[in-house]
Amino acid sequence: MPFQNTMGDYQTRQTLETFGFLPPLTQEEVFDQIAYIIAQGWTPGIEHVHPDFAMNHYWPMWKLPFFGEVNLDHVATELEACHRAYPDHHVRLTGYDNYTQSQGASFVVFEGRR
Amino acid sequence: MSVKTYDAGVKEYREMYWTPDYVPLDSDLLACFKVTGQPGVPREEVAAAVAAESSTGTWSTVWSELLTDLEFYKGRAYRIEDVPGDKESFYAFIAYPIDLFEEGSIVNVLTSLVGNVFGFKALRHLRLEDIRFPLAYVKTCMGPPSGIQVERDKLNKYGRPLLGCTIKPKLGLSAKNYGRAVYECLRGGLDFTKDDENVNSQPFMRWQNRFEFVAEAVAAAQVETGERKGHYLNVTAPDPEQMYERAEFAKELGQPIIMHDYITGGFCANTGLAKWCRKNGMLLHIHRAMHAVIDRHPKHGIHFRVLAKCLRLSGGDHLHTGTVVGKLEGDRASTLGYVDLLRESFIPEDRSRGIFFDQDWGSMPGVFAVASGGIHVWHMPALVSIFGDDSVLQFGGGTQGHPWGNAAGAAANRVALEACVKARNEGRELERESREILTDAARHSPELAIAMETWKEIKFEFDTVDKLDAG
Repeated sequence: MPFQNTMGDYQTRQTLETFGFLPPLTQEEVFDQIAYIIAQGWTPGIEHVHPDFAMNHYWPMWKLPFFGEVNLDHVATELEACHRAYPDHHVRLTGYDNYTQSQGASFVVFEGRR
Repeated sequence: MSVKTYDAGVKEYREMYWTPDYVPLDSDLLACFKVTGQPGVPREEVAAAVAAESSTGTWSTVWSELLTDLEFYKGRAYRIEDVPGDKESFYAFIAYPIDLFEEGSIVNVLTSLVGNVFGFKALRHLRLEDIRFPLAYVKTCMGPPSGIQVERDKLNKYGRPLLGCTIKPKLGLSAKNYGRAVYECLRGGLDFTKDDENVNSQPFMRWQNRFEFVAEAVAAAQVETGERKGHYLNVTAPDPEQMYERAEFAKELGQPIIMHDYITGGFCANTGLAKWCRKNGMLLHIHRAMHAVIDRHPKHGIHFRVLAKCLRLSGGDHLHTGTVVGKLEGDRASTLGYVDLLRESFIPEDRSRGIFFDQDWGSMPGVFAVASGGIHVWHMPALVSIFGDDSVLQFGGGTQGHPWGNAAGAAANRVALEACVKARNEGRELERESREILTDAARHSPELAIAMETWKEIKFEFDTVDKLDAG
């Protein structure tokens, strides 16, 4: 362990909730998470916001949640499209669970710049 | 219909309270006791005595019984079963008519079911294993102030267990230093920090000072991380007036969550505080100090699954359940059983998990299961797999014992947690692939690598004292 004898410093970061402590997900890893959302029977949805307003509960929705969507590519394409339309915004993917009336998943896929 | 006559004296309990042909009503409150009678007393007589002493009966006939219809009000022992692997004890199933209990009063239910009967001389031991609360009674209780779904929405935490930690040393810190420890944990990636249950308002740290410094710590951590944070401010107090005063102040400071010890504080205080929380939009974390006095002996007392059900009815958004893998007692199947009782809306009878009755909670919100005590990053894969998303995993020493301090310890736990959730979602088996998953994650996180090195040898493998009954 190279760092065992040295005291490190933990630098606080804007981590933006779930998966904020992992390296940015690769395209394949995002696919796996979309597949998980769909396999649970949840509805994928996309939201985006300027980083200054990231603490708001409500981020603007990108289109409507993709009800009945089973094609992973379509969801990935929409994520890309949202990112292209709002390159400075955070873009997050949510999985709406209508049984619990909650979100089974929610994580930031693209981080915006301040 | 007055056909009975008064016949003074002592009757055998079983004449009136042993009714093997009785079919319980949907509205009956059902209880299962593990009974160990004195040698030589027939099982039916002992079971009937338990039914009598926990409902309408007393040791002698009295004339005023004839002024009412005790056939309507009495508890009935309706079934006896062997306890697997135990010759001296048996299970007695008792049905109580719902009218025996005041609406919405866990206090009243417990006073009857676990009152005088536990001191009864004809018994050597008695343990309340389970209660089936009829839906009609459940609907008279308010239950959790917010519940799992509302808490997730308020705090914006989705798709993973929440992370917490109890601030240590548990006694002796000044309010300002205590707030520092809170701040460091929260900025490092925890969702919650927690007052130790022993922290109330001692001379070294009065509650007002603690609340103020903690509020600043929470606010700063939220701004710096872009995440919502909370600290369970313990409002357990010497009397209800002071408890509510502390709760009000926490609300004034804009804090999202407070905390109560429901067994030492008592069900009356807890139910009142839960109602206050519902009214004021505050989350309520529940600690369970003293539970092991009541629930650990396999033949006497009350099983924790009953105390857990009582808490869900009395009201709380989080409840400590043990960790299965950490330093404190807890059999895995049994723990999973009462974790379900806290979170699900219908739980079917399942003896392999110690659940004696179907339990229907109707629309009552669920309670987060809190796993806390002697756990560290190496336990993370097992914890995520055992407890699932609707849980709070609390690492005290496992956060603050990190060689680089609280923030790094918090980050290590958060990285490990997220790596496990991600792997689970990808379809990997957490417990089998735990080493690989953590080692991979540590490549991007020196904080996790150090934590894994620090705690690699620590295990708590003692045999469980209270096991499920099995042949």
